[in-house]
Amino acid sequence: MLRFVPILTLVLMIGPVSAGLIGTLLPAFGILPALGGTTPSLDPWQAMFAQPGLGTSIRLSFVNGLIATAISVSIVMLFCAAWQGTRIFHAMQRVLSPILSVPHATAAFGLAFLIAPSGWIVRVVAQVAGWERPPDIAIIHDPWGIALIAGLVAKEIPFLFLMTLSALPQADTDRTAQVTASLGYGRIAGWFKATLPRIYPQIRLPVLAVLAYSTSVVDVAIILAPTTPAPLSVRILGWLSDPDLALRFMASSAAVLQLLIVIAAMAIWIAGERLVAVIGARWAIDGNRFKQDGAVRGVSAVMALVAAGTVVLGLVVLLVWSVAGFWAFPDLLPRGFSLRLWARELDAIGNSLTTTLLIGIPAVVIAVTLVLACLENEVRSGKVAGRRAMFLIYLPLLVPQISFMFGLQVFFSLLGLERTLVSVVLGHLVFVAPYVFLSLSEPFRALDPRYGQTALCLGASPTRVFWQVRLPLLTRAVLTAAAVGLAVTVGQYLPTLLIGAGRFATVTTEAVALASGGDRRMIGIYGLFQMVLPFAGFALALLIPAVLFRHRRGMGAQNKG
Amino acid sequence: MPEAAKNGLELHDVRVRLDGRELVAVDLTIAPGEIVTLMGPSGSGKSSLLGHICGTLPDAFEVTGQVVLDGRVLDGLAPQDRHVGILFQDDLLFPHLSVGGNLAFAVPAHIKGRAARRARVEAALGSAEMDGFYDRDPATLSGGQRARVALMRVLLSEPCALLLDEPFSKLDSGLRSQIRSVVFDLCRKNSLPTLMVTHDPEDGAAAGGRVIELRG
Repeated sequence: MLRFVPILTLVLMIGPVSAGLIGTLLPAFGILPALGGTTPSLDPWQAMFAQPGLGTSIRLSFVNGLIATAISVSIVMLFCAAWQGTRIFHAMQRVLSPILSVPHATAAFGLAFLIAPSGWIVRVVAQVAGWERPPDIAIIHDPWGIALIAGLVAKEIPFLFLMTLSALPQADTDRTAQVTASLGYGRIAGWFKATLPRIYPQIRLPVLAVLAYSTSVVDVAIILAPTTPAPLSVRILGWLSDPDLALRFMASSAAVLQLLIVIAAMAIWIAGERLVAVIGARWAIDGNRFKQDGAVRGVSAVMALVAAGTVVLGLVVLLVWSVAGFWAFPDLLPRGFSLRLWARELDAIGNSLTTTLLIGIPAVVIAVTLVLACLENEVRSGKVAGRRAMFLIYLPLLVPQISFMFGLQVFFSLLGLERTLVSVVLGHLVFVAPYVFLSLSEPFRALDPRYGQTALCLGASPTRVFWQVRLPLLTRAVLTAAAVGLAVTVGQYLPTLLIGAGRFATVTTEAVALASGGDRRMIGIYGLFQMVLPFAGFALALLIPAVLFRHRRGMGAQNKG
Repeated sequence: MPEAAKNGLELHDVRVRLDGRELVAVDLTIAPGEIVTLMGPSGSGKSSLLGHICGTLPDAFEVTGQVVLDGRVLDGLAPQDRHVGILFQDDLLFPHLSVGGNLAFAVPAHIKGRAARRARVEAALGSAEMDGFYDRDPATLSGGQRARVALMRVLLSEPCALLLDEPFSKLDSGLRSQIRSVVFDLCRKNSLPTLMVTHDPEDGAAAGGRVIELRG
């Protein structure tokens, strides 16, 4: 049984992606029998290229995705180089971990409320400068997409930071830092020359996932990106949701184009990696020590702090708006506070929380079960070949959602599963399982194999070893992985919207739907409610093992989830 | 197990290879109660040999030869069906279980009833001079106590042979000779054929049995 689970898991990952891509490719070339498309043609492509502003849309997706990724990676690497092993580093770790549970859309709304012309930052300036009215410039939805980049960077930094963190121990970084320091290298130079080449291969996949995400994101772009024209992904969603069903053909060819954009961005990124590797290899041995790096260290700390602070302050401003009464410009705080809206929305919010859990709990339970079974199979069979194949589990993170979600919707409707809970859960599972695997595989593989060997030699069956030894030892890691999975499913916008065909109103679809309306109080409420479930998940993942093993001191050191 | 079947642990021309390179080759018989010491530098495949005997060696290793315990061929048997106990240099007490839980984990399933199982565990604690430790957290024990619990745990599983993988190397020197004599005494008392790998010559001398040197 167990040895078929890895195959089943990969089928559940690769199946929807391939079915979705086929379901997108065929309409892109005119074939979609349900809408009367039976002969292959290039009309959808001609129609798409005739759209005004298409070049700008492509540029916004492509360039901004690359820039956002490059900035996020640079800040994280620079910060790790400058502060690894220090108290500031550990403090940042404690701040960034909870930020990871903030859904993208919430972070984006928070940022928008901070930097908008009537946002908190401008209000502070207005107090000093004596402005009576908000400045008449587009700060969010700015034509260059700078707000979009900022929103992506603020949210991707915690993710990349935590990924780097889990890679650090494998490179023996603390001792490497001591060696480079004793050879006279500055902290940053020593880290970049001796540690980075060893850990980059381990965070490469998350980096590429960030690149694919940033280049094709929909929900953050709806909230922060320019609108005339919008990035390609947002326009595709618009065409897909258009009452004129004929636009689906053009939307499909645009979704294929989106896939090509992501592939091109990855090609450029990988070429950049090669270039950095060649230059870096020479630079690493040129002997320059860069001993005076205090200024750069300071700058890196400030940048990381600004990124984290933006998300945290964004949450605060969401909270303030959600209870704000009349709030005139340039007042820093509203004149009065009221819970009236919260009371009015309570029922609606209860419903959307229920729907969110109805999708999320099955998706997380299935994902954790599959991942545990895959990892357990790896231990029992002792084979390494399967381990390499498991990289395919990450495929859904490297393909833009919008490029296969519409096709998947078509595929599900062929199966008669259109707009059902089953199809939405499967759609979510495609994204939940890779993140659960990413979170759980490292602690699972790091567990001392001699525990299992000892238990077997004491006469315990493999099944008993799993349930009574490995699983309890990994309690915290498993719960953390489940919390990560829950945060992922709660944050899903596109799969819920497209596969559920609007039938499933989760906290995230509701929140993003409010973006165009601009009712800040409502956005505040729904933005915060997006956070409730992920936050509760992570809190439970900390609390449960602490209570369960309160009399087992060895468990604290045993499994750092 | 009838007394007549106690032939000890026989390793018939056992050779362990990895990527075509031979790591270790032995041909020996260990009588019940005998302690044989394998000495060799690290990387000489000593631990792989123990892994092969207890059945937990990964597939990547190629092994030829035959392992026989009390007349039973072990090759191909699952680790849990071999009745071969192993002690590592770390005690590997399960940190999520109490001391008693660790010991009860090892008591064979054929001993039924909560009271009977508990009695076994309490008796083992008594013989280790650790009465009243049943509910203790293993993390609160001293190094010597942990080593004794690990030893009691493996003996409770009723092994027919015992493997020792540098079991004393992490103990303080004062404690080492004490734990060493406890382990060796119990091996002899239980008539266990015992194979110890170590790079500490004192271990071999204290065992008082054959000492086999492996090439690097």
